[in-house]
Amino acid sequence: MTVLQATSISQSYSNKQVLKKIDLKLNEGRIYSIIGPNGSGKSTLLHALSRQVKPTKGDVYWKEKNLYQLSPKKVAQELALLAQVNDPMDLTVEQLVSYGRTPHKSLLQRLDEKDQEIIDEAIDLTKLNALRKRNVSNLSGGERQRAWIALCLAQQPKVFFLDEPTTYLDISHQLDVLEIVSRLKKTMDVTVVMVLHDLNHAASYSDEVIVVKEGRIYGQGTPKEIMNQKMFKEVFHVQSDIYEDERDGILRIVMKPLINFNDNQSFFKERRASV
Amino acid sequence: MSKKQALRDRRGWKGFIIVFFAILLILSMLLSIRFGSVNIPLSDILATFTGGIQSDFQNIIWNIRVPRTFVAVLVGANLAVAGVLLQGIMKNPLADPYIIGVSSGAGLAGMIVLILYPHLPHLLTPVAFIGATIVAFTVYALAWEKGIAPTRIILAGVAISAFLGSGISALMVFYSDRVQGTIDFMVGGLSARSWPQVEIILPYSIIGIILAIIGIRKMNLLMLGDRTAKSLGARVEWIRFSMTAVATLLAASAVSVVGLLGFVGLIVPHTARLIVGNDYRVLLPASIFLGAAILTASDTVGRIVFAPIEIPVGVIMGALGAPFFLYLLRRKMI
Repeated sequence: MTVLQATSISQSYSNKQVLKKIDLKLNEGRIYSIIGPNGSGKSTLLHALSRQVKPTKGDVYWKEKNLYQLSPKKVAQELALLAQVNDPMDLTVEQLVSYGRTPHKSLLQRLDEKDQEIIDEAIDLTKLNALRKRNVSNLSGGERQRAWIALCLAQQPKVFFLDEPTTYLDISHQLDVLEIVSRLKKTMDVTVVMVLHDLNHAASYSDEVIVVKEGRIYGQGTPKEIMNQKMFKEVFHVQSDIYEDERDGILRIVMKPLINFNDNQSFFKERRASV
Repeated sequence: MSKKQALRDRRGWKGFIIVFFAILLILSMLLSIRFGSVNIPLSDILATFTGGIQSDFQNIIWNIRVPRTFVAVLVGANLAVAGVLLQGIMKNPLADPYIIGVSSGAGLAGMIVLILYPHLPHLLTPVAFIGATIVAFTVYALAWEKGIAPTRIILAGVAISAFLGSGISALMVFYSDRVQGTIDFMVGGLSARSWPQVEIILPYSIIGIILAIIGIRKMNLLMLGDRTAKSLGARVEWIRFSMTAVATLLAASAVSVVGLLGFVGLIVPHTARLIVGNDYRVLLPASIFLGAAILTASDTVGRIVFAPIEIPVGVIMGALGAPFFLYLLRRKMI
């Protein structure tokens, strides 16, 4: 079933057109990765889909209702976004996660036992039980990211957007985050849409990959359908070797630059010699 | 987990701090009524309040000390709340009523009345209030771009303040003979403030503080960052706009009554944050009581240290506030 649909959305900031008439359909319960080079508009696309920034043209539909005409609170009960940059917070993990219940509460309502259960479950899923009373600003980068993910999970979203969730983390924490996300489908039946930088991560953790180039959708499909040498060359300007790992059936991509820097080196050497 | 952290986490402890600040406020109010050019024994203060026995000091207490103390309490609370709101909205530790142009607006408007129309002193407060509000909204208008952008507000505020500041200086140059009468207003002072000033500021304090209390949960969401706040269903632009408007009314009413009183809106929120943390449910009441207490106490100090000369409360605030601020800075607490 289609949960989110974008029809011909465009986004411009002061004369610069970042998204150009994008059409997109996202189905329930799948994991989508948006990939593309810097400045291709992938974060902007994520923000348009998650009701962060209204597109200048075109509409986004949430189950056949116009996303930008629904109340922010109603949307927040269905969609959650993990922002790219999160400031250190002077709050305990538990306090931070409890903010996830906000969209489900009225202004004067207090958290009840059911909320506490949901908060506990979110902390459990992100393996933060031992750290729940710790101050978020004292956690390591990876633990902190998990705390912010738990905040989003306490929201009980139907769609979970993640804006480059692994960018500032070292590799083991990157994998922690991706493992948590890939389990959500099973545990909470959440549709995941994430912007990823690492193409091998995208290949191993997504059901479908959305490739963005210069504000347009270059292609959308399963990793095996869409990740090929031609795409890597045209979109990312790299040479690639792609093979399917026979142990898990996942694509592994090895990349090399298009420019041959060895040639340049000899060019400089010759120049130096002539000078 | 450190012991300090465990202590901080306990709700009861934070409640205790708020009660402590409230007691501090009551004490400083009592001292403010008790001390001045004439010292009034506590027994006479009690007698006046209970209305039992006639006291020689009744007139001083009711017409001078009590209203002045009330003005100090309300101004302190207003500026502290304005500061704590603005710091949260602008996500900038230096944001205070000066930043949004309130003070320079009130300053220029007030100076025009004091220098050009010195025979119309009753116009000072309303004109200063209008000046403060107009300038604050000009700053918003200049900074507006799909909502209030914090950096743009701060830059626009600084530029407008510099512009109006040159107007104030120009007035002082052209009418150097009349500058004497403006000093109290320029540094912020409470001398001769009485019931009329209480009446002016009280409605703004009540409305502004109630609106700030209503905004507590939204301010907490804003603290999580714009994107996350939005993802949690907050109308970020609306919160910024409405809470800045509340801060403006609170600051403008305070500044128009006491003059360009600095530092209260800056140090009180920082001190309160340091003690109770960033949760607005605790931070806001703590700032209200602490702001009121500090201003009342400073005014009392200003009245007694060099008596019979009275030092404007703004001078005391600057003299005590700046070193304290530097101390916080050195301890990396800001």
